[in-house]
Amino acid sequence: MVGTTVATTTTIVLRVNGDEQKLTVDNRTTLLDAVRESLGLTGTKKGCDMGQCGACTVLLDRRRVVSCLRLAVAADGKDVTTIEGIADEGRLHPVQQAFIDSDGFQCGYCTPGQICSAVAVLSEHAVGWPSAATADVRPGQAPTPLDATEIRERMSGNLCRCGAYVSIVEAIGRAAAELAS
Amino acid sequence: MKEFAYLRAATVQDAVAAVNDVPGARYLAGGTNLVDLMKAGVEQPTRLVDLQDLPLNRIEVTDDGGLRIGAVVSNSELAAHPEVRRRYPALSKAVLAGASGQLRNMATVGGNLLQRTRCGYFVDTTKPCNKREPGSGCPAIPGEHHNMAILGASNSCVATNPSDMAVALAAFDAVVTVETVDGTSTVPLSHFYLPVEDTPERETALSPGALITAVTVPAAPVASHSTYRKVRERASYAFANGSVAAALEVRDGRVHDVRLAFGAVASRPWRASRAEEVLRGAPATALAFDVAIDAELLDATALPHNAYKVVLMRNLAVAVLLELAESSR
Repeated sequence: MVGTTVATTTTIVLRVNGDEQKLTVDNRTTLLDAVRESLGLTGTKKGCDMGQCGACTVLLDRRRVVSCLRLAVAADGKDVTTIEGIADEGRLHPVQQAFIDSDGFQCGYCTPGQICSAVAVLSEHAVGWPSAATADVRPGQAPTPLDATEIRERMSGNLCRCGAYVSIVEAIGRAAAELAS
Repeated sequence: MKEFAYLRAATVQDAVAAVNDVPGARYLAGGTNLVDLMKAGVEQPTRLVDLQDLPLNRIEVTDDGGLRIGAVVSNSELAAHPEVRRRYPALSKAVLAGASGQLRNMATVGGNLLQRTRCGYFVDTTKPCNKREPGSGCPAIPGEHHNMAILGASNSCVATNPSDMAVALAAFDAVVTVETVDGTSTVPLSHFYLPVEDTPERETALSPGALITAVTVPAAPVASHSTYRKVRERASYAFANGSVAAALEVRDGRVHDVRLAFGAVASRPWRASRAEEVLRGAPATALAFDVAIDAELLDATALPHNAYKVVLMRNLAVAVLLELAESSR
């Protein structure tokens, strides 16, 4: 590498909350920093920046990921949904409404990550993905209801230092019930 | 973090060439461990070759009824796959016991096999560590070692392999397919991780620049009656203090077939071959399970703060075998 010029920046295209965004990033930039610093979408929060707290959770091609461990270049060409894109045309997503109705937060810092994660939990559960709380993972079993034990396990990647867990679990259960009705 | 070049490979051959082309180049899959270690300064690649577009994202049933799992299959896809859940429930459960939903969506099968130890000294570049900097010493032995190895460790290193998935794969005799500039080869998981000895920096049998392309799990009827249990310091989303992957087939009250592997006790997933040998043909009773697990743990060596793990593993393994014996009645 000595004496040669190597590109360490890359021009990428992200489709963020439905809008195509072209940006040139240092390859070291995480998706989290690209979304917050380059695109100004500061709803996604930086907590630990080590993949341990879930505050930076976004949906990447509809799957939840921690954006602090995803390099922005490695998200090139993908769909990104942040908390700013969860509501539908100004109408709150049922998970957002349930967090308000159940008082599922205190300081609110982890909430965007909690909500993005919960939206993904509902779709993962709907397609039959098991969790570590699922007693029998073999296929063909009756669907596991999304009870409090399942919600706690599936949401364990999102920490809340205020300890609003009781209300968070209630909110997600409420949203699940509403979406099922 | 040091600057690096980035490119996405379209084919396995392109990926291997791109990594072998430049000193310090590395493969990037899910990035959940590599990017973290780059932030910590433990890893300083000059070039990342991203594997996400490679056609290694499928799980196929092999002719003999086993499974061939592509190296970039995500942990989530692996755990949710109907054939994994049907044929190797312990593998699905092991994967689900690891990390969080977000991380399992990102992490891949190949990357999981190569994840590094979570020993606090290894990830702290201000501390000595024989694995990170050979010859610098091991502060864990006189220091914080409550979750370090009790089997197969050495005076150089007592770090553990943190993978849950690999424990189940070890129990089921998985084979790793590897691509190098010289072509394709395979290595059984039992030979994939090297003994620690005085070279803890050498972790796997992979040659420099080699790429894992698939993991094959041979057919094993006993595997359909299997489970994985993990003990950790939180109810979820924590690395193991000890874990057990086990499969058991009981006929006429005796052990007909058994697979057993331990996690979080060694630098590699620990196949409990000695216990399996003792168990084959033995009565499927708590006493026989005690005897077999004791035989496996005979060589366990504990430090002052991790001696609990010997007792933990014994109780855990016996409990899991009893659970499987009960449910096969």
